[in-house]
Amino acid sequence: MNLEVMIDSIPRLLDGALVTIQLVALALAIGIVLAVPFAVMRVSRRWWLSGPVYGYVFFFRGTPLLVQIFLVYYGLSQFEAVRQGLLWPLLREPYWCAIIAFSLNTAAYTTEIIRGGILGVPHGEIEAARALGMSKFLLYRRIVLPGAFRLALPAYGNEIIFMLKGSALASTITLLDLTGVARTIIARTYMPIELFAMAGIIYLILTFFIVQAIRAAEHRLSPQTRPPPS
Amino acid sequence: MRRITLGLVGALALTLAVAGLVNPTSAGDKVRIGTEGAYPPFNLIDESGELKGFDVDIALALCDKMGAECELVAQDWDGIIPALLANKYDAIIASMSITDERKKSVDFTDKYYSNLVRYVAPKGSGLDTSSVGLAGKSIGAQRATVAASYLEDNLADVVSIKLYDTQENANLDLGNGRLDAMLADGLVIYDWLKTDEGAGFDFVGEGLSLDDGIGIAVRKEDTALRDNLNQALAAILADGTYEKINAKYFPFSIY
Amino acid sequence: MIDLQGFGAQLAAGTLMTVEIALAALALGLLLGLGGAAAKLSRFRALRLIGGLYTTLVRGVPELLVVLIVFFGASLAVQGVARWFGYDGYVEVSPFVAGVIALGLAFGAYATEVFRGAFQAVPPGQIEAAMAVGMSRRLTFLRIRLPQVWRFALPGLGNLFLVLLKDTALVSVIGLDELMRKSTIAVSYTKEPFTFYLAAAFIYLAMTAVSMIGLHYLERRSSRGVRRAAP
Repeated sequence: MNLEVMIDSIPRLLDGALVTIQLVALALAIGIVLAVPFAVMRVSRRWWLSGPVYGYVFFFRGTPLLVQIFLVYYGLSQFEAVRQGLLWPLLREPYWCAIIAFSLNTAAYTTEIIRGGILGVPHGEIEAARALGMSKFLLYRRIVLPGAFRLALPAYGNEIIFMLKGSALASTITLLDLTGVARTIIARTYMPIELFAMAGIIYLILTFFIVQAIRAAEHRLSPQTRPPPS
Repeated sequence: MRRITLGLVGALALTLAVAGLVNPTSAGDKVRIGTEGAYPPFNLIDESGELKGFDVDIALALCDKMGAECELVAQDWDGIIPALLANKYDAIIASMSITDERKKSVDFTDKYYSNLVRYVAPKGSGLDTSSVGLAGKSIGAQRATVAASYLEDNLADVVSIKLYDTQENANLDLGNGRLDAMLADGLVIYDWLKTDEGAGFDFVGEGLSLDDGIGIAVRKEDTALRDNLNQALAAILADGTYEKINAKYFPFSIY
Repeated sequence: MIDLQGFGAQLAAGTLMTVEIALAALALGLLLGLGGAAAKLSRFRALRLIGGLYTTLVRGVPELLVVLIVFFGASLAVQGVARWFGYDGYVEVSPFVAGVIALGLAFGAYATEVFRGAFQAVPPGQIEAAMAVGMSRRLTFLRIRLPQVWRFALPGLGNLFLVLLKDTALVSVIGLDELMRKSTIAVSYTKEPFTFYLAAAFIYLAMTAVSMIGLHYLERRSSRGVRRAAP
């Protein structure tokens, strides 16, 4: 182990960690915006609402993220129509390709997580809301979704960590995220173990903070499970 | 409980041993040669899954001359020197430039061909390859190559450098317009320009000499192997084998 | 349909390799998971610490890095151990072994939690009953706990296997000729990334679907004779 190389690499690795955090945060944000309506569609009794979402979720949960990234980045640009199309300024950039692939991927998993939460909301609460004459929209907004989010939080915490770890694949499409920076430094120093270990430590620290943040959020969102103030 | 734990450890050892996964081999009974397999026309993998190309032909000719049994191992480029150092194979024949930077970690044989690094851009782009002309452009190169090092050392503040795992992926992105230009080995580009994909592109600017030719890398302690390779190299250069291989790929001498 | 331009046989070979590596990593991962759970539930602090360290480290680091670290580190580590025993040749750790170890480690870390949960899901009443009839700790473990752990752990392990199946794609970065790498080779030869990555995606989907059917069957089998509350 060459400690000097490990320590010297920290500032550049932290730059990469910043890119990683950006990628993950943006992808998670887009993912959740997509996942909420998808989850509501998924639990619908109308097949033309639930069917397409089921197919989408099956595809993105059933194929490796690496394949999805390559399909978006290298795959789409195979077509002249895409390269002349409106979306090309976006699809041209590896950054946005990573965001698109990550968002679609995390949205698929999040859809299932929220669906689980929706199904876990006690029937009694929904019946009570109906009895009060709430509209379907109000019912979802006031009763179902808040309850679902609370139930889904632990599983969603895991999803955040999976996304963080999955984001290492951004390095395969030229992005200089944490893993990408490590690989670039290795290209000059030939010390893969030192650099990957250092990057691994930074990932561990990020994971630690996420776990803490999720715990805090769970505590906040579940006042009913806390002991009464004395 | 203890018996179970012991049983688990035993079963684990057994899985690994029975599957023949860890097979100790003594050094010296064959030469393992690492190459990349994504760098046409020097090394690539065809539709039958076989490695071929100029580097592979040279490797086989050298093994023939040395009377050694050889095994070719495919390895991604950015780990090709670390994998040599980690003993995954004994020599790298993968169009590797001889540079002082690499000589700190590995030894090289004499060169087996020469190259210049060149810019390539869409035909008629009129790209100016001075640092002023390149300002703000997206320039691609393969990670862990002399071209990548050159961009990082000289143009990092001026251009947006995109580093690829393989030359092939850089080619794809130049072809589909993600890159304004690419910096790569002139001979590789020469070959690519002849493909459908490369038809709309051409060299721009002067070639850069960034290395002391292309050589075979070995671990520093393997001096005997290096000397054997040098002798074999001299032999195939002398007896016309090299010339024949050269002619298969290029209509001019690349030595 | 998709024109594979002569690369069909290569993709098939890659698929086979993907299945092989997934099954080998599954075997290793199950052992590591059982060992990890045993460590975490152990009476000894040191074992609990090791178990905790293992799951925290492996679950907090990207699988891609685990694969790369094992690939570059394993030969050096094995060689170091061999030196220590006085063996002076080189010991080869092939991409296949490195991949199986890396994926097995990752699977094992998550499986540790699944098994731990499953061990604890056995109702304490049954344990007390076993003790009341005079069973030793070991006998209780073998006769009461272990047979039920399988049933409680199966759904969790099934999900982990589906994750493992997809993670095999990461082994392509260390040069093992599995499905993803074969697809990449086909792409560099044909310049048709969309065609081949899509073909790979469908093959992964098919493998996932087959695994899901198999898991469903196993789950039904493992819960034979379990009484369910009337709906």
